[in-house]
Amino acid sequence: MSDPREIWARLAGLTPARIGLGRAGSGLPTREVLRFGLDHAQARDAVHAPIDAEALAGAIADLGFATIPVASKAPDRATYLRRPDLGRRLNPEDLAKLQAAAEPADLALVVADGLSARAVQENAAPLLKAFKPLAEKASWCLAPVVIASQARVALGDTIGEALKARAVAVLIGERPGLSSPDSLGIYLTLNPKIGRSDAERNCISNVRAAGLTHDKAAFKLRWLLARALTLGLSGVTLKDESDRALESGAASPALSDSTTG
Amino acid sequence: MAYRHVVGPRTHVFADLATLMAKATPVRSGDRLAGIAAESAEENAAARWCLAEVPLSEILARPLIPYEVDDVTRLILDTHDAAAFKEISHLTVGDFREFLLTATPDVLTRIAPGVTPEIAAAVSKIMRNQDLISVARKVRVVTRFRNTIGLAGTLAVRLQPNHPTDDPKGITAAILDGLILGCGDAVIGINPASDSVQALGDLLHLLDGLIRKHAIPTQACVLTHVTTTLAAMERGLPVDLVFQSVAGTEKANAGFGVTLALLKEAHEAALALKRGPLGDNCMYFETGQGSALSADAHHGIDQQTLEARAYAVARPFRPLLVNTVVGFIGPEYLYDGKEIIRAGLEDHFCGKLMGVPLGVDVCYTNHAEADQDDMDTLLTLLGAAGCTYIMGVPGADDVMLNYQSTSFHDSLYLREVLGLKRAPEFEAWLYGIGLTDAAGALLPGSGAPLLTAAPDLAA
Repeated sequence: MSDPREIWARLAGLTPARIGLGRAGSGLPTREVLRFGLDHAQARDAVHAPIDAEALAGAIADLGFATIPVASKAPDRATYLRRPDLGRRLNPEDLAKLQAAAEPADLALVVADGLSARAVQENAAPLLKAFKPLAEKASWCLAPVVIASQARVALGDTIGEALKARAVAVLIGERPGLSSPDSLGIYLTLNPKIGRSDAERNCISNVRAAGLTHDKAAFKLRWLLARALTLGLSGVTLKDESDRALESGAASPALSDSTTG
Repeated sequence: MAYRHVVGPRTHVFADLATLMAKATPVRSGDRLAGIAAESAEENAAARWCLAEVPLSEILARPLIPYEVDDVTRLILDTHDAAAFKEISHLTVGDFREFLLTATPDVLTRIAPGVTPEIAAAVSKIMRNQDLISVARKVRVVTRFRNTIGLAGTLAVRLQPNHPTDDPKGITAAILDGLILGCGDAVIGINPASDSVQALGDLLHLLDGLIRKHAIPTQACVLTHVTTTLAAMERGLPVDLVFQSVAGTEKANAGFGVTLALLKEAHEAALALKRGPLGDNCMYFETGQGSALSADAHHGIDQQTLEARAYAVARPFRPLLVNTVVGFIGPEYLYDGKEIIRAGLEDHFCGKLMGVPLGVDVCYTNHAEADQDDMDTLLTLLGAAGCTYIMGVPGADDVMLNYQSTSFHDSLYLREVLGLKRAPEFEAWLYGIGLTDAAGALLPGSGAPLLTAAPDLAA
């Protein structure tokens, strides 16, 4: 067999997980202790960085979407971290703004900072770009894209209800991991209204260049939404079998030019 | 009925038992978020004095959530072992603490079915960290499937080889790394990124193939929703353990999409598969303080008491493994290292006192005020407390769930400083393939014996 070091180098290329680190006694080698410390420092910084809502709105408007900025009731990051209840409630002044823009729609899209503004900044527009042609092909009516700051997933329930949408998809920054400070999650909820539980949502997680690609995530969202609208339900009773559709070649044309990045 | 405690010129009044228990809890962010935490340090201390005087029989007689409205309360009371309780029925909470400190392991095993979660939680609130450690250390809860977990002087490790896109090769590489570092006796358990039945099937076959081919004395689990695992069993897929997250109230469990009846159905389906040669403990539950509040289902009860009620949900299913994921939920429930450490010790103690095989996912997220040093502290304390198992995540960094847990190396550290062994069958397997010496210490090298024995793994 080949040199174990070569084997480990090859194995380490198969996963972003920290494998084959070596050891010093029972502990880690010094370089790994220091690498971990640096990565933790960067993830901590990602949590506290604010969203650039203006730049995000510009990038989304360039795709041909109308956008509406809103905020939760959490006034700042420190409050947001300790008071998730405030992050689930809409700033009262923004409710009227949404109601004024409300026209019956199939789907409301909410772009929310969550715990990583960086994830949203880097992934929301590419995801929407991949999803737009799929939604058009399905003849779905989309509400304006809402950009929400200091927001939790459940804020989408209020927004979807105010916009009179049949479903809401919340694109939200997941809590940063050491190796993935840029991971986006998508939460789909049918018939959004205040009081929906997490069991009534379907989740597509780890959307980012090095994780689930934008095209695949868009395909999954299209698949789940189509099923949810047909069956009249979302959440644990709606099983995600989009992988089967992907493999059987039912994939959308958008996937043919997908990149593997 | 209100409870009162006088401190000098002030009388502290607590409206009912739930209020008293919440105010007596060491202060943490989740109870503050719920608006039920003690409002001053003195109120916190006064509540403990008051709680210490409450008879255990009174706690049993006054359910915190009414019998009529909550199926977890019904489960607790309907399955309560009055004979086991008789031995402690005359004690107050304060007496019970002293009883526990002096009790032998046999006594603790005998009373476990009589200990309700509310009783366990109440006594834990007046115990210091060292009390939680020394009592838990005396309790033995032994479970079996393909090996034996929970024996005295042992610590097991769940090998957690998660991958952000469930890539089979990436997962296999992480499993190999963990096995070579001597981990995986509790379970090889994957949190999948996808919740589709098809993806679940691929992962179940991957794990089953590895375990069979290399005759590894351990069990496999893919940690997906119980309904998905039920669907997998219906399709004939190889399911060793049924996994589910559970919480301490009916409404919080509804938030997870589960009912007691659903858990029972899954348990019966897994039992019928008869896949465990050494035992039929085939359920795996995860819990964590704050889940009920997070689901708006806490009924004004403190999060630590509700966590103990989650162990009551797990207990009748005779699980192989139960672990609290103590720092996963975030700083709104456990703010910093100090709160996470305290909660980890409380959860472990309450679970063990109730006769549940408790392990702990010693962990934190990047938005909590905690770091590796805090985890080292909790890990070491739990090792001293006789924790059933911990997690083994490559480099302590879970690249799928985005949080930091304990690493394969961390388990080696704990074994070295505390002399803890693995499950005996797994320990013998490691020795048999030449990875460890007769004492269970890893031999020098890069895992060549396993790479040689299993070239397909490294191919």
